[in-house]
Formats: sequence, structure tokens, C-alpha cells
Amino acid sequence: MVTQTEVKQTVTTDSFSQGIRDCIPTLLGYISIGLAFGVIGITSNLSILEIFLLSVFVYAGSAQFIFCGLYVAGAPVSIIIITTFIVNLRHFLMSLTVAPHLTRYSSLRNIGFGSLLTDETFGVAVTKLMKENHLGGRWMDGLNLTAYLSWIAACTLGGILGKWIPNAESWGLDFALVAMFVALLVLNLADVGKSKLMHYLKLIGCVAISMYILSYFVPGHLAVLISTVIVATIGVLTEK
Amino acid sequence: MTTTLGMFLIILGCAIVTWLPRVIPFMLVRSVQLPDVVLRWLTYIPVCILSALVIQSLLNTEGNFVTFEWLNLIAFIPSVLVAIWTKSLSQTVIAGVLTMAVLRYFF
Repeated sequence: MVTQTEVKQTVTTDSFSQGIRDCIPTLLGYISIGLAFGVIGITSNLSILEIFLLSVFVYAGSAQFIFCGLYVAGAPVSIIIITTFIVNLRHFLMSLTVAPHLTRYSSLRNIGFGSLLTDETFGVAVTKLMKENHLGGRWMDGLNLTAYLSWIAACTLGGILGKWIPNAESWGLDFALVAMFVALLVLNLADVGKSKLMHYLKLIGCVAISMYILSYFVPGHLAVLISTVIVATIGVLTEK
Repeated sequence: MTTTLGMFLIILGCAIVTWLPRVIPFMLVRSVQLPDVVLRWLTYIPVCILSALVIQSLLNTEGNFVTFEWLNLIAFIPSVLVAIWTKSLSQTVIAGVLTMAVLRYFF
């Protein structure tokens, strides 16, 4: 009986439609940030086609915003590309965390999982991993494609609306991303045991200290990357 | 509704440098068995990276000293409380955005 329910659960959770359903709570974040990006793209003198191409090919919120900033400032191409690389380098660590759980699928499907990895889908996937210790390919595809198509649609729509909404910031929409990270962090911590929770809270304290100090010396995106590497190492060294 | 070849190439360049770090780990772990210590290290990445991203948004690095991004810090408090209370992604986002909209209206 127990085995039967377990099998049933695996089947229902590794479905494309369950992936779509698990993506829905993040859509508000994607859509509001995407709309904001479209608006900012227009004010940065990008065309709607360019906004569309950026969301299709780059598909990374923070990098797309920084792209606009650098483009408007007239930065050289090399700086734009190098900055984009550094801003998105954190995805390397995210992919490395998720990838070991999907090695049973083909190379082509793994390229698919990797290509559509973002901060948010990573957050949803590791929350699922924390709960069930298992990731299914169909579930990943449902999650990834829903997020990807919503992002492209929201960015493009934002570009179209851009002429009418001059300032998306005053609506508080830019905070959606931060609130989403907060929720994903809390959801990740909700499923660890009591003794582990104390360990994690101390590590978050280390992240805060590390971020504060590093912010004096390097740009924020680099501080995120370095802090994560340092504190994850502290985590391994101090675990019982 | 147009673009130039130059712009298209910049976007393509950005796409390649974004795509490689996302995909390489997926190829890497197929051919290399990661040692146990690396796998344990990776279990700390989610909490570290998510907290680092949150803290990044709370810091203001524009002046001589690193200070707080006060509006974000204030909106952060109800977001955490709603997240702990409801364990819901969408309700947290709504609470955060509404708080920020109210704050921006007054400040």
C-alpha cells in the first residue's frame, strides 16, 4: 500500500502539467519584472524587436537590465559582453547544483534544462528537491517552458506598453524580484530540521557579513558569487 | 520595430556568454562523477546564493560607505513575515510589491 502511494506520487509530481502548476506562483514575479524591463528597454532607446530578441536569447532579468544601462551609457561592446558574463556566472553554480539530479536524461534534454535555468526556476527546483529529493524531466520542462514563454511575452508587452507607462518603479513592481527570492529562501529553510536550521541561519549571517565587506571592493554581482563560494565552503567545514 | 546587424551581434554575444555557464555543468556531471565533498558543498549553494541575492538588494553601494537601501529594507520585513506565515510565493510577492508601492507613494 505504501509503495503504491509512493509510486503514484512520483508519477503525479513528474508531469508537465505539475511543472506548469508549480511555476504559476512565480509568474507574478516574472510578469512584473518583464513588464518593467520592456518599459525600461523603450526608455533606453531599444526597439520592441530588440527587447524581444534579448528576452529570447539572453533570458536573464538582471543581465537584461544591465544591458540597457550600459547601452544607454554608450559602453563598448566588450564591456557589455564581459559584464553580462560576470552577472550571469552565478548560473554556473545553480546548474551545478541541479544537474546531478538529471543525469539519467539524454544530452539534448540536459542542454534544454540548462538553457532555461534562471534564478527563479532554480529556486523552485531546489525547493522541490528539498521536499522530495527527486527531480523529473517532464516536470522541469513544464516549469521551464512556462517561465520562458511568460518572460518573453511580458518583456515584449512591456515594450509595447512602454510608451504609456513612463515609470514602472513607482508601482513597486521592481520589488517583486526581491520578494520572490525572500519567499524561495524561506521555503528552502522551512523543510530543514531544527539543528540544521541553526547552522543555516549562522551561514546566512556569514553571507551578510561577506556581502557587506565585499561590496566595498567589487560590484554586487561579483559579491554574490564570491560570498556564495566562501560561505558554502564554511558550511561544509562547520557541518556536524 | 527594427534592429541593426551590430546590435544583433551584441545580443548574440551576450546570449553565448549567458548560455555557456548554464549548460556546461549539465554536460560536466554526465562525464565526471563529482566527489562526495563537492556534492555536500553544492547542498549549501541554494541557501547561500538566495540569501546573497536578497542581501545585495538591501545594500546601497553608491556612497563612500556601504549603507542600507532603506525602502527595500522596510519592504523586506513584511515580505519575510508573510513568507514564514503563509509559505506562499505569490502571497509574499503581492505583500512585498504592495508595501513598496505604498512606500514609494509617501517617500
